[in-house]
Amino acid sequence: MLTREDIFERVRDIILERLSVKKEKVTLDANFLDDLGADSLELTELVLAVEEEFSLKIPDDQIENLTTVGKVVTFVETCLSSTA
Amino acid sequence: MNRRRVVVTGAGVAAPNGIGVRAFWESLAEGRSGIKPITILDAAPYPTRFGGEISDFDPLNHFDKNEARKLDRFAQFALVACREAVEQSKLGEAASQGSADRIGVVFGSGMGGFTTIEEQHRRLIEHGPRRVYPFLIPMMIVNIAAGEIAIRHGFKGPNTSMVSACTTGNHCLGYALRTIQCGDADAMVAGASEAGITHIALAGFSIMRALSTRNDDPSKASRPFDKDRDGFVLSEGAGVLILEEHECAVRRGAPILAEITGYAANSDAHHITAPCPDGEGARNVMRLALADAGLKPEDIDYINAHGTSTQLNDKSETLAIKEVFGDHARKVRISSTKSVHGHLLGAGAAVEAVACVQALRDNVVPPTINYTTPDPDCDLNYTPNVKVSHPIRHAMSNAFGFGGHNASIIFKKYGNDSPPLPPKGGEDERSSGEGGG
Repeated sequence: MLTREDIFERVRDIILERLSVKKEKVTLDANFLDDLGADSLELTELVLAVEEEFSLKIPDDQIENLTTVGKVVTFVETCLSSTA
Repeated sequence: MNRRRVVVTGAGVAAPNGIGVRAFWESLAEGRSGIKPITILDAAPYPTRFGGEISDFDPLNHFDKNEARKLDRFAQFALVACREAVEQSKLGEAASQGSADRIGVVFGSGMGGFTTIEEQHRRLIEHGPRRVYPFLIPMMIVNIAAGEIAIRHGFKGPNTSMVSACTTGNHCLGYALRTIQCGDADAMVAGASEAGITHIALAGFSIMRALSTRNDDPSKASRPFDKDRDGFVLSEGAGVLILEEHECAVRRGAPILAEITGYAANSDAHHITAPCPDGEGARNVMRLALADAGLKPEDIDYINAHGTSTQLNDKSETLAIKEVFGDHARKVRISSTKSVHGHLLGAGAAVEAVACVQALRDNVVPPTINYTTPDPDCDLNYTPNVKVSHPIRHAMSNAFGFGGHNASIIFKKYGNDSPPLPPKGGEDERSSGEGGG
């Protein structure tokens, strides 16, 4: 079972692979648009990468709520625990 | 209405025979082929397994990792070539000092982001629509190179793309020329890019039997006007010139590399891929370009031919040159630099424009390499195998494309009014390079 810390690290790696940001900027509180400088296409790219990484599906109507790194980590955590 | 005078203030290139104008031009002048076996994909299934691949191109030398991932290879070539040209012209400084609205871009491609289309199509078929890369569309559209150039350099003037197969480069230069002549912009980034060594393109051109299949000797495969030519050689890369209104360039203290004085475009209206056998379209477009520049045929000292190394093109282009230039056809220096860099499709005329500018500056006619066996149908002076030092006042560059598109462009040595550059020695039937225009 992945811990919240494990999930965060993997989400952070996904972000670092796709956005040109420094590692220390990627915190749980970081907002994708304001703090990490992502545009809407990059957000979509991140969503797809998270889906692939954790073998889950993020419903379209949830995507707009996932504004920070922490919210994505929580979403993944919830999905994984409900399927465990 | 008086047309404004237009000069060239920057040049950039990425080609199989050299990244950067210096390397590119040295290879052309020395006749060192850039054609070799294909390595960027497994070419084993194809009848042609070589091409003009830019094998030393590492995107990470030019872009950061995330940037590179969002740019198709054709856009990467475009941006690398543009960076060189813009730096030379110092156009970025002009843009940041209030001229941004007066600087535009016209940048084309024959095919656009084919590599991206192929990769993402495979993902669509194998993994479904939700696994397609979100940057697919902006990466593949032909006009994205023009868009990216403007974004990166802050050029806010007219911005568009032209798509006309192998004529694309000349159409872009012509569009830029007219845009400046009529006053819609003071400077234009004009060029074209192609990354056509892909599975679909190799398969498509192969099945048409358009490509040379000289797999045992790739560097000898592109042999325009030679009797043993057996098709063109697929190449990739980008070429770009900065065109600028003359007074504007002088005021800025920009380097002036050449002048661009004539342009014409027309159509064969004949066949989707074959040229008019009698060269009618090519003949007319060269005449129109001469008239546009106010020149007589004998004013042209160098023709950078379209010269694809296909049976049909080289024969009909020769016929057209003979009709337009009359007696002068046997005197004018002709070469096809495709013998060295292969056929860059949409970007072909763009890199050949860079070659023309260098030829004018150095008074050197680059050779047609691999010329060994004369063809009775191609009997002009193609500058076989070795460069010739020769004063060049005006140079014409031809481009003809699938679809029947023709465009010719004429460059003039800058400062013809001042004393001519001394010839660099070698065989010269003319005593000086002045006059013209």
